[in-house]
Amino acid sequence: MFDYDFMRNAFAAATIVAVVAGLVGYFLVLRSQTFAGHALAHVGFTGATGAVLIGVSPLWGLVVLTVSCGIGMGAMGERLAQRDVAIGIILALALGLGLLFLHFFTAYATQATALLFGNVLAVDDQTVWTLLGLGVVSITLLAVISRPLLFASLQPELAEARGVSPRLYSMLFAAIVALATAECMQIVGVLLVFALMVGPAAAAQQIATRVATGLVLSAVLALAEAWAGITLAFYTDWPSSFWITALSAGVYFLAAAWRAALAR
Amino acid sequence: MNAVEFHDVSVRLGGQEILHRVSLDIAPGEFIGVLGPNGAGKTTLMRSMLGLIPASSGIIRVLGRPAARGNPAIGYMPQVRGTGGHLRLSGWDFVASAVDGHRIGWPFARKAARAEVDRVLDLVDAAALARRPLAELSGGERQRLLLAQALIGRPGLLLLDEPMSNLDPHFQAGAVALAKSLQRELGVTILFSAHELNPLLGAIDRVLYLGRGRAALGTVEEVITSPVLSRLYGTEIDVIRLKGRIFVMAGRHDVEHDAHRHDHEAEAAHDLLGMSPHDV
Repeated sequence: MFDYDFMRNAFAAATIVAVVAGLVGYFLVLRSQTFAGHALAHVGFTGATGAVLIGVSPLWGLVVLTVSCGIGMGAMGERLAQRDVAIGIILALALGLGLLFLHFFTAYATQATALLFGNVLAVDDQTVWTLLGLGVVSITLLAVISRPLLFASLQPELAEARGVSPRLYSMLFAAIVALATAECMQIVGVLLVFALMVGPAAAAQQIATRVATGLVLSAVLALAEAWAGITLAFYTDWPSSFWITALSAGVYFLAAAWRAALAR
Repeated sequence: MNAVEFHDVSVRLGGQEILHRVSLDIAPGEFIGVLGPNGAGKTTLMRSMLGLIPASSGIIRVLGRPAARGNPAIGYMPQVRGTGGHLRLSGWDFVASAVDGHRIGWPFARKAARAEVDRVLDLVDAAALARRPLAELSGGERQRLLLAQALIGRPGLLLLDEPMSNLDPHFQAGAVALAKSLQRELGVTILFSAHELNPLLGAIDRVLYLGRGRAALGTVEEVITSPVLSRLYGTEIDVIRLKGRIFVMAGRHDVEHDAHRHDHEAEAAHDLLGMSPHDV
């Protein structure tokens, strides 16, 4: 299967994105902000379709809009991240706007499906390089801020007393999540970002009790699910996004069941 | 040099004056019980020492320096206790997140940081329970980890905001005894806020009682009296001493209890009402 260019590109893209999603997702789950991450992906849809409308690359449209919305969300404070209703309404509005932009460009129906559900087999060489660049940026940023971020996530009041600004780290982290979301959309699309960003991280947190092991496990699971998903898609001709979501859900429920069995 | 000095300090929060021209001195190594009704400013007082809430007038000095954010010499156990209760993260990793937590970098503890985590866990006798996930710990066990976290970096002043608030009466005595042993072993100054005085009797050196923006600092005999508390509560207060316990009553009500009755305290409150004050 590696005889094909598109398969080599698919594996390269999936590898980059899975590592980013696994690491960023670990903190997202730890901070109970998964729904906010989901909403950012929907905002990305608006960005991508809007970019197409004005003739810019959809990837950059979604990067710009998700990052600015992420920073805005972080700036509005910790509390907002858990306000389900406000986030849900923004999420719906974002999808609606995206639909409106598509309405003006009916020719882009295939592109809409690709944005919503991803199409890893259509990734070209240039996109792989862009993903690598974005991935390096987000992981580097995460590595730099992860210690105060962890502190502010677990103990915001104490962190503030020690001179760490929870709001600043909220904003920086939201920007990183936005970048990671934009990456994930290339593989699994707007609607299924949860599968790569939340599934593996949540499974890892069921199993691992240490930060270091949790981070590694989360990245490894995301990687394994993405690779296995693409391989299964190649042999079955079913969509790769379906396989990735199925594996993500399967691994998460297995991990939860394993943990429940241990507790007994 | 005093551990804490307030010179004519007023603190406003949301348009309301929480502390009004408060002056007080706390000597190094003292164990102070901080009491007062809900909203009297116990948390505000501590947060102003941490530099998280600025004084609108007056001067606050902590360990010889003006109060400012990020003072590593203050250990703090906040009343709002993070969000970790549902996490599978180990207690050890939770405590370790505070070591150098203000410095950028990745969160993997170096040798010195690991030794510091082990040291503070030993101080509160929590080395064994720190191996377990947070989600499997009881409220009291988690509280001990938070106390360990407050001890990171060998602070000279410990601010413990309601460390007994989620504990059964039986464990409250343990929390006080633990704080007392830290005071003795480390010589650290401790401010320990609580909504009930009795568990603290015998452990604290002095009591700081807050009410209606004012503060009274002194020994239990000096402060827990009808005239002083009547002034702080703004209503007629009786102080009743019974078998080594003290009840602060407004009319027929035990104000300390009524103001803070939580679900798990309903039973204790019931016991108290069973022995109603007019029987005394």
